[in-house]
Amino acid sequence: MASFESVDVKEGVDQETIDAVREVGGAYKYGWETDIEMEYAPKGLDAAIVKLISEKNNEPEWMTDWRLKAFNRWEKIKEPKWSMVNYPEINFQDQYYYARPKSMAEKPKSLDEVDPKLLATYDKLGIPLKEQMLLAGVEANEEVEKGERKVAVDAVFDSVSVGTTFQKELKNAGVIFCSISEAIREHPELVKKYLGSVVPITDNYYATLNSAVFSDGSFVYIPPGVRCPMELSTYFRINAENTGQFERTLIIADKGSYVSYLEGCTAPKRDTAQLHAAVVEIIVEEDAEVKYSTVQNWFPGDEDGNGGIYNFVTKRADCRGYRSKVMWTQVETGSAVTWKYPSCILRGEESQGEFYSIAITNNHQQADTGTKMVHLGKNSKSRIVSKGISAGFAQNTYRGLVSMHPRAKSSRNYTQCDSLLIGDKCGAHTVPYIEVKNNSSRVEHEATTSKVDDDQLFYCRQRGMDEEEAVALVVNGFCKDVLQALPMEFAMEAQQLVAISLEGSVG
Amino acid sequence: MALEQQNFNPIENAKSQLKNHNRGWSQKSRESALIRLSSIGLPNHRDEYWKYTNPAELLTNDLHGLAVTDHEEANVFAEVDALKIIFCDGIFKPDLSDEFLSDNISINRLADKGDLHWAQNYYGALEKHSHTPVARPLAALNTATASDGVLIHVKGNIDKPILILGLQNVQAEATLHHIIKIDPGCSLTLLESGSFATKLNTVMEVFLEKGANFEHVRTQGKDHDRVAATHIFSDIKENAKFKSFTLTANGILTRNECVLNLSGDDCVAHVAGASVGDGKTFHHDDTVFITHDAVACESRQVFKKVLRNGATGVFQGKILVKEGAQKTDGYQISQSLLLDDDSQFLAKPELEIYADDVACSHGSTSGAIDEQALFYLCSRGISRNDATDMLTLAFLAEAVEEIENKNVANIIVEKISAWLSRRKN
Repeated sequence: MASFESVDVKEGVDQETIDAVREVGGAYKYGWETDIEMEYAPKGLDAAIVKLISEKNNEPEWMTDWRLKAFNRWEKIKEPKWSMVNYPEINFQDQYYYARPKSMAEKPKSLDEVDPKLLATYDKLGIPLKEQMLLAGVEANEEVEKGERKVAVDAVFDSVSVGTTFQKELKNAGVIFCSISEAIREHPELVKKYLGSVVPITDNYYATLNSAVFSDGSFVYIPPGVRCPMELSTYFRINAENTGQFERTLIIADKGSYVSYLEGCTAPKRDTAQLHAAVVEIIVEEDAEVKYSTVQNWFPGDEDGNGGIYNFVTKRADCRGYRSKVMWTQVETGSAVTWKYPSCILRGEESQGEFYSIAITNNHQQADTGTKMVHLGKNSKSRIVSKGISAGFAQNTYRGLVSMHPRAKSSRNYTQCDSLLIGDKCGAHTVPYIEVKNNSSRVEHEATTSKVDDDQLFYCRQRGMDEEEAVALVVNGFCKDVLQALPMEFAMEAQQLVAISLEGSVG
Repeated sequence: MALEQQNFNPIENAKSQLKNHNRGWSQKSRESALIRLSSIGLPNHRDEYWKYTNPAELLTNDLHGLAVTDHEEANVFAEVDALKIIFCDGIFKPDLSDEFLSDNISINRLADKGDLHWAQNYYGALEKHSHTPVARPLAALNTATASDGVLIHVKGNIDKPILILGLQNVQAEATLHHIIKIDPGCSLTLLESGSFATKLNTVMEVFLEKGANFEHVRTQGKDHDRVAATHIFSDIKENAKFKSFTLTANGILTRNECVLNLSGDDCVAHVAGASVGDGKTFHHDDTVFITHDAVACESRQVFKKVLRNGATGVFQGKILVKEGAQKTDGYQISQSLLLDDDSQFLAKPELEIYADDVACSHGSTSGAIDEQALFYLCSRGISRNDATDMLTLAFLAEAVEEIENKNVANIIVEKISAWLSRRKN
C-alpha cells in the first residue's frame, strides 16, 4: 500500500474515504484468537446435547420441549441445495454445539474478578474500555460523560453472552435489552409469545437446527411509544475451534416505538471451516420502526479458500401493524460461504420494508444473499438496493423475492441490484423472483452488471493513487447508496471493510 | 377416462413406439433421446423451472377441447407472398404445400425414412446439449417420438419467406420436430401460423453457420383449448444473426422455450414475444435461456404481456455469460400490463455472469395502465376504451419492433388490434 502522506485531499474526495483506505493495514484484522480456558459440551449432536444446552442455560421445561421438537424435525429434513454455493459436506456430528469461557460459569461482580484475557479480547476488538468493563459482566456504575454517543452492547463470546451494557439506563426507559437466555428466565411470557412466531421451527434446515441448539443471543423489547434512548448493539465473536455458533435474536417493537440495532461479528483465522447458523426474528407493531444494521466480518478463509465461516442465517421481520416499518442494512464482507436472506413480511397496511445490502466477495468466497418482500397489506411499500462486488475467484449471487398478494392493493416495490466484477475469474449472478397478483401494485426491477470503469480508474491513477486505492475509491462510490443508509457507527467501519476485502484483487 | 389418464406414461409410450425400429435414419438419435429422458424423468410442478407452470396437462393423453377448423383464420400471413409448407392435424401435406424447385434450398419431411440423410447428424444434436444446467424433458420426449416435421437446408439465396402453416380438421395431438440449417452467408425468413393441434409439442433446431441470417415470426392464435410446449434451440456461429418473435393470443397452457447458444464471436440473437391473454384459462409461459460462449456477442430479450380477466403470464429468462465471453452485451426486459385485478404476472429474470468485461442488464416491471396517460387521452376526446387500447398497443410495440420485416410487423399489429377490439363486441 502506497504512502498516503503525499496525497493531497482533493475536492470531491472526502476525508473519510481517504482515512478508510489509509487505515487498511493487513488483510483480515480480527484473525487472532484468545487463549482462554473453555468449557465444552461433548462433540456431536443428539437429544442429550440439546437437553444439556437447555440445562446450562437454566431453562424452564417448555423451552427444553420446544428445542427437542425442533431437533426431532431437524433429524428428518435435508440440507437445502438450491443456492449457488459449493462447499464440502458439513459433518454435523463433528462440531461442538456449546462452548463458554470457564470464567463465565459464575458471573464476576467486579473488574478484579474478570478474566483479564476476556478483557483483552474486547480491547483488541476496539470496544471502548468503559464498555469493556461492563461487557466483562461487571456491575459497575453506568455513568458516561455527557454528550458522548451511547451504544448499549450485548457481547456474545462463542456460546454465551458475556454481558450487556447500560442495562440500568435502558431499564429506566422501559426497554428490555438482555441476553436471550436471561429473557427466557426473566420474561417468559414475552419469549413464549413471540419466539418462533416469525421464523417457526419448521422454517428451514438451518433455522430448525438453530431452534434446537441456540445457546445465546440478544433479546430486545421496546414498550409502546418508547423511542429507545440509544442504539443497541450485539457483538458476536467465535473464538473456540470446531465450534458452531448458533445465536438467536428476538426484537419486539411494540406500538409506536423505535429502535436502531447494530450487529457485528468476527472470528479467528483457522484452516477448517466453522459453522454459524443464526436466526433473527423481528416483530414490528403498529407505527413502530426497527432499523437493523449488520456488518458481517466473519473470517472469510485464506487466499486459497481454506477455512472461514459458513454463514447460514435466517433473518425475518414481521411488520404486523398499520404503518410499521423495518429497514435491513447489511454489509457482508466476511464468511467463506454466505446464505442469508433478511426478509420482510409486510402484513400491516401501509407497512414499509427496506433492504440495503453490500456483499463483497474476494478470493474463494461465495455469497448467495438477498431478500424477500412479501406484500400482504394494502399500500405497503418496499425498496431493495443491493450491490454485489465480486473479485478473485469469488461467486456473488443476489437472490430475492418480491411477492404482491391479491390483497395487497396499491402496493409498491422498487428493486435495484447492481453487480461489479473485478477480474475475469469471478462471477456475479442475479436470481430475482417476481410474483404480482393484483394490478394496482407496481413492481419494478432493475439489474446491471459491469466492471470497474477504466476511465474512472485512469482518472484516479493520474491523481497519484495506486491501482488498489483507486479501485477502493470507485467501489466506495458504487456502494454509496447503501453506506448512507448505515448508522454512523457502522458507516466508517463498512467503508474500511470495503477496502480491506478487496485487497489483493487487482493486478 | 380419469383412470386411463393416471396410467398414461409418456416414457413407456415412447419406448413402445421405438420398439419396431422403423424410424430409419433418425432411429438412433431417438433411442438416445429416450435414454436421456429416462434419466432426467418427466417434469414436475416441484421442479424449479416448472414452479410457475404446472406441466401435468402436457403429460396426459387426454385431448379436451375442440379442433379449430377455420382454415381461413389459421393463416395470419395470407397476404405475404411466401412458400407454404402445410401440416394438417400434425401430418405434412405435400399436395397442399407449394413445390420448391431451387438448388438453393432443400426441403424434406421428417417422416420420410431414407437410410442416409443430411439431417442425421443434426437431429436432436442441440436438444442433447440443452439439458445442463436445466433439464428440458419435453424436448427429449419430442426427439424420441416426433411424428413429423420439416428439414430445411438453405444453401443459397431464396427470395421468398417460408411459411409453416398448421391446420386442424379433427381433435389431434402433434409432435413436430423441425431442423433448419442455414449455410454461411445465407438468409431465411420463416413464418409460422395456425393452431396445428389441440395438444402440441414442437422442437425447432436451428443451425446458423458463419454470417447466416435467420428471422422467425410466429403466431399462436385462436384456439382457446390448446396446450402446447414449444422449443427453439439454436447454435449461432460467428457473425450470424438470429431473430425470433412470437405472438400468443390464446391457449389454456402455452410454454415457449427458447435456448440459444452464442458460440461464434460477434453474433447477434434477439428473442421477443408479445402475449395478450384473456380469461382464467389463459396461461402463458416464456422460458428463455441464452448462453454467451464467445467474444463480443449481443443478445436481447424483449417480452411483453397484456393480461386481463384472470390470465396468468410467466417469464423465466436467463443470460449466462461464460468465462471468457468478454465484451458481451446482454439485455433483457420483461414487462406486464395487468388490465384488471385478477390477472397475475410471475417472473424470474436471471443473470449468471462469469466474465468481467461485460455490460448486462435486465429489467422487469408490472403494473396497471398509467392513469395519467389515460386521462390525457380522454381529455382529448378519446373514449376510455379506445385510450386503453392505444396505450396497450403502445406497450406491446417494443416487442413488435423487434420484427425486421415491416410488412410482417404490420400484420402482427393488426392482429393485436383485432384482439383488443374483441372486448367491444
